Amino acid sequence: MHIAEGFLPPLQATAWTLAAAPFVVHGARAVAKEARERPESRLLLGASGAFTFALSAIKLPSVTGSSSHPTGTGLGAVLFRPPVMALMGCIVLLFQALLLAHGGLTTLGANTFSMAIVGPWVGYGAYRLTLALRAPFSVAVFAAMMLSDWSTYLTTAVQLGLAHPDPTGGALASTIRFLGVFAVTQIPIAIAEGLLGVLVFRLLGKIAPNELRSLGLDRALPPTPQEPAPAGSRI
Amino acid sequence: MPRSRVVNLLLLIGVIALFAIPLAFGMNTNGQPAGSAYAGSDSVAVTTVQEVDPDYKPWFHPLFQPSSSEVESGLFALQAALGAGAFGFALGRLSGRRQTTAGAATEPASSVAVDQASSVSIT
Repeated sequence: MHIAEGFLPPLQATAWTLAAAPFVVHGARAVAKEARERPESRLLLGASGAFTFALSAIKLPSVTGSSSHPTGTGLGAVLFRPPVMALMGCIVLLFQALLLAHGGLTTLGANTFSMAIVGPWVGYGAYRLTLALRAPFSVAVFAAMMLSDWSTYLTTAVQLGLAHPDPTGGALASTIRFLGVFAVTQIPIAIAEGLLGVLVFRLLGKIAPNELRSLGLDRALPPTPQEPAPAGSRI
Repeated sequence: MPRSRVVNLLLLIGVIALFAIPLAFGMNTNGQPAGSAYAGSDSVAVTTVQEVDPDYKPWFHPLFQPSSSEVESGLFALQAALGAGAFGFALGRLSGRRQTTAGAATEPASSVAVDQASSVSIT
C-alpha cells in the first residue's frame, strides 16, 4: 500500500496530506492522554506501535504470485481505539520513506490516510459490529485485524485510480485495475493477520489481564478456570 | 496438551500455512520472468501506473535510496527486528508484572489503576 515517492500529482499529494494531518495531530494527543491517564497501559501502547512497525516490514508471498505486507494496525485500534494508530502508523511510514525509500514524503499523507486512518477505523468498526451481533470476542478480533489490513489496500487502489485515471474508462476503470493488483493478493495476508491477532489477544489475556480490564476489554480475558473466592474472604 | 495450547498451535500453523502453501506450489508464478516472481505489490502498482499513465513522470525522488537490494532487505530486516524486539520486550515486562502481582491477584480490578508496585503491598 505504499504509494511510491512522487507517484501522486502535487495537488492530490497535498490534498491527502491535509486530510491526514488532523487525524495525526489528534492521534498524538490521544497517545499522550492515554500515557498520562493510564500509566499502566504504556507497555500495551508500546506493544501496539511495535506490532505495526514489525508487521509492515515483512513482505509475504501470496496466491497471486506477488508479495505484500500486513499492516498490523488492528491491534492498537482494538486496544486503544483508532486515533492512536494515526500517529503510530504515520511514524512507521515516515521511517520507511526516509530510510528504505519505501513510500515517500510526498505520498506520506495518502499512505497515512490508508494505513493509519482508514484501516484502523474500518477494523474498529468491524470489531464493534461483530461484538454487537453477539459473536465471540475472538471472531471480533479476527474481523478487526483482517479488515484493517484489507481496507488499507482497497483505499490505496482508489487513491491510485483517482490519481491516474484510465484514458478511456476514467478513474473507475483505473481503480478496478489497481484493485486487481492489491485486492486478491492481500486476502490470504489479511486472513493470516486476523489469525495472528487472535493469537496475540489470547496471549495478552493470559499475561496482561489487569491491563486489559483497565481498558474495558474484559471480554478478552480467558474464561476463569476456577471460581474466584467469595469477596472479602482473602483479606 | 491443554486445549488452549492446541488452539494457539493451530492458529500459528494457520498463519504459516497461508504463506507456505502459495510459496511451495509457486502459485501463479508461471510465465513470470525468472527473478520477478513474488514482486512486491507496491512495485507492481508502480508498473501499473506507468502502463495506465505512460506520460506521468514522478516529480519527487527519495532523498535516500538504499544502494542495493541487499542493503534494502537488510534495512527491512532491521525494522522488523526493532519492532519484534520492542513487542517482545513489552510482553515480557507485562508478563513479569503479572507474576509480581500474582500474590495480590484477588484484589479488585479497580485497584489495578494504581501502579503495581504499590498494589503488591496490599496482601
